[in-house]
Amino acid sequence: MSAADQRRREERFEQFLGALLRVGVILAASVVLLGGVLYLARHGGEPPEGKVFRGEPADLRDPAAIVQAAAGLDGRDVIQLGLLLLIATPVARVGCSVVGFLRERDPTYVVLTLIVLSVLLYTLIFR
Amino acid sequence: MENVTEFTLLVGLGSVGAGFLGALTGLGGGVVLVPLLVLAFGVDIRYAMGASLVSVIATSSAAAAAYVKEGFTNIRIGMFLEVATTFGAVAGAFVALYVGGSAIAAVFGSVLLASAYLSLRRRRESGPAGGPDPVAARLRLDGVFPTPAGPQAYHVRRVPLGFGLMFVAGVLSGLLGIGSGAFKVLAMDQAMRIPFKVSTTTSNFMIGVTAAASAGIYLARGYIDPGLAMPVMLGVSLGSVAGARLLPHTRPRVLRVVFAAVIVVLGVEMLYRGLTGKM
Repeated sequence: MSAADQRRREERFEQFLGALLRVGVILAASVVLLGGVLYLARHGGEPPEGKVFRGEPADLRDPAAIVQAAAGLDGRDVIQLGLLLLIATPVARVGCSVVGFLRERDPTYVVLTLIVLSVLLYTLIFR
Repeated sequence: MENVTEFTLLVGLGSVGAGFLGALTGLGGGVVLVPLLVLAFGVDIRYAMGASLVSVIATSSAAAAAYVKEGFTNIRIGMFLEVATTFGAVAGAFVALYVGGSAIAAVFGSVLLASAYLSLRRRRESGPAGGPDPVAARLRLDGVFPTPAGPQAYHVRRVPLGFGLMFVAGVLSGLLGIGSGAFKVLAMDQAMRIPFKVSTTTSNFMIGVTAAASAGIYLARGYIDPGLAMPVMLGVSLGSVAGARLLPHTRPRVLRVVFAAVIVVLGVEMLYRGLTGKM
């Protein structure tokens, strides 16, 4: 493969990463907006909650529980699903980068991106 | 405030303003957003950090998509330095779990004052610093960026120093719930002598990953409140898109002075509250 081919391939891959980020953000923002409408429709007239820190309940903290809870279409649960999608967007980008560097046969960067990916996955499932 | 709808609208409006200013000045929305939520809306600083951090992911990812297209972003530099920022972010988020709100507010105030100083200081033109860096060559960090006169090559210097500074940038991001883009740009532009436009776009590319590392921990510890994060995330995104559109038509010097004045006031107030334990 010539250097020019290699560069074109890298460029195509970079464009793909850009598109992935764009799609992730638009999807997440749409879900958050939908959740916001549901939330305000049901709770909009209530007095604002206290601003003292209590920590969110368990079903708004754990990725698996958030996905499950959102199926109930309660506004707060749907918003949290959108936020989870948002947090997952850069993680997906790093995951795709691992594949990209594998295809470029670049072992150093495969290892570097795998390290970053492990840290990100660890924090998402961390208790 | 009467009810949840009113609170949501006011927070959303404030977030549009924070995102707008953040995009115009290049400092990002987080640095002004957290103090705004804490000082004007009386929100607990931990909820403010959670909401700010998710909005940082949104704005940086959206902007990164556009920048990658233009060809300034150096993906290798970004991926390499993300190792430092993600470990830093995890360390910062753990520290945030164990120190009180007052300590965080005091650090936040100091960072605001430092940001004001950095944004006003005249940027030193980066000349060559030492010879080529063997680490940069080994990691193939050197790159090419588009100029009106055609593609121009650049070399990356002082990689270990830059890597260390990026760890600090990550710690600040996880500890304060901000993107710490200004600090990342400083490390790349001044320490590693990467061209300014490459530094800013690559910094932006890295912010989402850095923020995602601490956001996972914030989420697990219940710092991310959907009722607050919803208007903040949507507002900041809207504001930063508008800011980015307007950017080519503004006078950056005037803006910087105005923004610096705002963050000095916020910084002093945060520092005062932190030091007197009023958080």
